[in-house]
Amino acid sequence: MIFRIFEKKELRSLFEILAAHNKIVGPVETGRDKDKNPVYAFAEVSDFNSIKLNYTTTKLPAKRYFLPFQEDLSTFRIKDGNWQKTIDYNAKEPLIFFGLHACDINALNKLDKVLLHSVYPTPYYAAKRKNMFIIGIDCVPQPFCFCRSMGSDTALHGFDMFITDLGAKYFVEILTDTAYNFLKNIKTEEPKEKDHVLYMKTTAERNKKFTAQVETTDLAKILDMEFQADVWKQWGDKCLACGTCSNVCPTCYCYGVEETVNIDLKGARKTKSLYSCNLIDFAEVAGGHNFRPERHTRLKYRYYHKHRGFVEAFEESLCVGCGRCGQACLAGINVPEVIASVRGGKIK
Amino acid sequence: MKPKLKFTDVTTQPPDTQRRKNDLSSFEYTHRAEITSVYPLTDMETIYRIQIIDPEERRRFKFVPGQFVMLEMPGIGEAPFSISSSPSIHGEVELCIRKAGNLTNFLSKVGRGAHVGIRGPFGTGFPMEEMRGQNILLIAGGLGLVPLRSPIAYVQENRSHFKEVNIIYGTKSPAHLLFQYQYEVWSKDDINLNIIVEKTDPAWKGSVGLITESLLKILTGRDSEFYHNTYAIVCGPPVMFKFVCNMLNKFHVPMQKMFVSLERRMHCGMGKCCRCNVGSTYTCLKGPVFDYWTVMNLKEAI
Ligand SMILES: Cc1cc2nc3c(=O)[nH]c(=O)nc-3n(C[C@H](O)[C@H](O)[C@H](O)COP(=O)(O)OP(=O)(O)OC[C@H]3O[C@@H](n4cnc5c(N)ncnc54)[C@H](O)[C@@H]3O)c2cc1C
Ligand code: SF4
Ligand code: SF4
Ligand code: FES
Repeated sequence: MIFRIFEKKELRSLFEILAAHNKIVGPVETGRDKDKNPVYAFAEVSDFNSIKLNYTTTKLPAKRYFLPFQEDLSTFRIKDGNWQKTIDYNAKEPLIFFGLHACDINALNKLDKVLLHSVYPTPYYAAKRKNMFIIGIDCVPQPFCFCRSMGSDTALHGFDMFITDLGAKYFVEILTDTAYNFLKNIKTEEPKEKDHVLYMKTTAERNKKFTAQVETTDLAKILDMEFQADVWKQWGDKCLACGTCSNVCPTCYCYGVEETVNIDLKGARKTKSLYSCNLIDFAEVAGGHNFRPERHTRLKYRYYHKHRGFVEAFEESLCVGCGRCGQACLAGINVPEVIASVRGGKIK
Repeated sequence: MKPKLKFTDVTTQPPDTQRRKNDLSSFEYTHRAEITSVYPLTDMETIYRIQIIDPEERRRFKFVPGQFVMLEMPGIGEAPFSISSSPSIHGEVELCIRKAGNLTNFLSKVGRGAHVGIRGPFGTGFPMEEMRGQNILLIAGGLGLVPLRSPIAYVQENRSHFKEVNIIYGTKSPAHLLFQYQYEVWSKDDINLNIIVEKTDPAWKGSVGLITESLLKILTGRDSEFYHNTYAIVCGPPVMFKFVCNMLNKFHVPMQKMFVSLERRMHCGMGKCCRCNVGSTYTCLKGPVFDYWTVMNLKEAI
């Protein structure tokens, strides 16, 4: 790993050099919530001033840039009752992500495991993922995020460079040669011992700010034992089966496919749309039989996929602890409380 | 002057497109195929013979009994169907399809010569090689005979490699019996074909009752060596699995030698859409064929 350190104003220069020839996506403020707190989102930016590097968690993850909510898997030309298929991976241009938090980088790493490094890689995802340059940035822990419990509070890979705010300067961790080459264009220095000390002090301070927790010891086993637990029914009674939790989740990738014929009958398309296992027909098969007809069985399934099935397959959970689902859920269902209740705690 | 810093060119061809050429069952790789024959079995089920058009692809398209393909009618839909023909025929599959919804209804109006897409083969199959030298029990209920037609063909083509072979097939009534024209052929070569219907009609001369009754007759009075050296393949409605597998279990047929095929909604066939998830497993990747021991350990499997 290569470390450098640079003056804060240099980051603006880096941004401007990159923005001149690339499309940049970063966190921006889109408004205020009812308590007057800023609301953030990932959006395309061309002006350094509109990027809010000290942003809290965005409402929606950056997912739509690599797993669009809807995309055509293939299109067909229909002529004289015959057809011709065209596949487009929909990777239109390379993207630079300017300021992703560790949890969101880890979410990408987890998605990579299923969508890139498994038996059948998903070329649509791969094409977009290959064309990304990621600048990570340290976050300010929020009261609802439990990324530390999920081991996602720091990112070890999955980015090109990662910056940490040391007050007067930025500390940067360089992972790829692309990042190394970009950084040649701004003024950076070799960090000195005092910078290392400052870095360690800064991260230690940050670590103290993580408050929410999920106890993950033996969780996969406990979930197996508590499959029939009453708490699932109690959560199910609250759940509105709206699917919002999956929508805002940076690691939810389940989808459905639909085929439609164009209105002029000259073409057809096969469209993939992200879906949620909390929606009623998720496990319905032709003929109308539904394997998970009750809300609690579907809610439970979402937890089992993330904290049990994925663990079995990849030895880690499919949750980075960003807390978005809990923040967005209208019924107030959040991971720390659900897991605590499965482990024998009371439901508030 | 500041250097022009442009971040990479767009790679619209990810590395795995190379795989597409080598691995016929990779993402979105659809074989163009032609429906070469349409044979109605009942007013609900029809057998379609489907042949891959490209000769090179046809030569390389191989499958094992129990696997399925995703059949696509562009613009209408795509759905999984078990291959119901002999694995010794390459590049051509027979699917027996029941009218159930959009795609299958549309298909029933399409005739010979139409072009469809097929992806696959996907999923696990029955371990036919491993079963060699053993007794075979093929047990089907209703539409469950469709996926069993492929292992039946395999067993028949390799009859000398198996010991005692029993087929049990049960339906609601004689009118529901599928593939009647093949029964004569199936009961040749020292294969014991037992057909049983729940409700009889005046013309029916065969057995009446439940599948488990036929099974009980076959199982009673054997020695432990028979039970231990028997492989069972069970396909049918979920209730049937339970009763049949319980009975086999009672006679100490090892649970890892009992195979079932599970049904789920499938949109990708490659472990990506999660629609076919059962417990901690994808039916499309680790199944649809599972041994009963695994199924017992999956939550909500049946
Ligand atoms: C491994 C396996 C093997 C099978 N083998 C056979 C076989 O040999 N023979 C046979 O007849 N059947 C078989 N089936 C069942 C067969 O796949 C279904 O009956 C088939 O999906 C019916 O397709 P359809 O388009 O007619 O039905 P539809 O119910 O109309 O579904 C068509 C498609 O439309 C979409 N859709 C429809 N309704 C909904 C909804 N409510 N929500 C979301 N999407 C929806 C889905 O994309 C779906 O795939 C098998 C299934 C599996 C899993
Ligand atoms: S848990 Fe909350 S967000 Fe998710 S489906 Fe239920 S009500 Fe909607
Ligand atoms: S499940 Fe909730 S906390 Fe976990 S990654 Fe998804 S949105 Fe974040
Ligand atoms: S069919 Fe998509 S995951 Fe199995």
